[in-house]
Amino acid sequence: MNWFDVVSAACLVTGCALSLIAAVGLIRFPDLLSRMHAGTKPQVFGLLLILVGIGLRLRDWSDVGMLLAVAMFQLLTAPVAAHMVGRAAYRRGAVRRDTLLVDELTPVLEAERRD
Amino acid sequence: MSRTASNDVPGDVPVRRHGVQWPMLIGLTVVWVLLWGGLTVANVLSGLVVAVIVTLVFPLPPIVFSGRLRVRGLAVLIGWFVVELVVASVQVSGQALRIGRRPLNAVIEVDLRSHSDLYLTLTAELLSLVPGSLVVEVRRSTSTLFLHVLGVRDDADVEEARRRALRQEERVMRALASDEELAPYLSEVVGR
Repeated sequence: MNWFDVVSAACLVTGCALSLIAAVGLIRFPDLLSRMHAGTKPQVFGLLLILVGIGLRLRDWSDVGMLLAVAMFQLLTAPVAAHMVGRAAYRRGAVRRDTLLVDELTPVLEAERRD
Repeated sequence: MSRTASNDVPGDVPVRRHGVQWPMLIGLTVVWVLLWGGLTVANVLSGLVVAVIVTLVFPLPPIVFSGRLRVRGLAVLIGWFVVELVVASVQVSGQALRIGRRPLNAVIEVDLRSHSDLYLTLTAELLSLVPGSLVVEVRRSTSTLFLHVLGVRDDADVEEARRRALRQEERVMRALASDEELAPYLSEVVGR
């Protein structure tokens, strides 16, 4: 067991823990938009750590290329997917207003609907 | 809603472009080869075929890039991004595991100062991944983002979130914008 393996193991465990927390967040957050936060932040960072862990363990260039592609797609798609879900929810009124301190989007959407 | 689109008016929304775009084809082929995990003639050729089909079936608006890459700005952008991703994960984890009353959330409007699809997209993507914010609505025509902010206690937190979004945009601009596009940002820094 060398240092690579130690760091790799640490990355894998931390990454798994973050993914688990993301799942807990999905259940515990009160509304859809908060849940999207859980799906984009701890989950993405957790996956990146797992990829780093795997990369350190395999140390093979064609595998690293694949891991880089996975990381890139995750970074590109997770925010877009969360945005699309959030946007649809907002327009369908699936947002809990009692969790919002300030809401600057509803007046804008209503003004648009009137036009 | 009807939109008049043209390519040469700055700040206007460009139309979708048809035809073959080489940079896009090469990018898609590289991704294809990465996914197959080996550089062979068959992989490159099949990648090219897929890339041609994808670009013909899903035409996209051209990305207008008139700036230049600044190494220092880019390093600052990436460095901050990594730091903020870690902070964001810890923060959201804390909220997820918290017992008792949660702080409220907010939906705020942020008017970006640049009018470019590229900077708008990059800023929105980065904002969704960093602490407390998630993009719920985008106005491409006016470069306006609507953000869902997690965990606000009072109006000061709301204003702080707005400033943070604008600072994120500024970092994107400092990494990629041309001198001309960057000038308004440089003069505003003094006030902060």
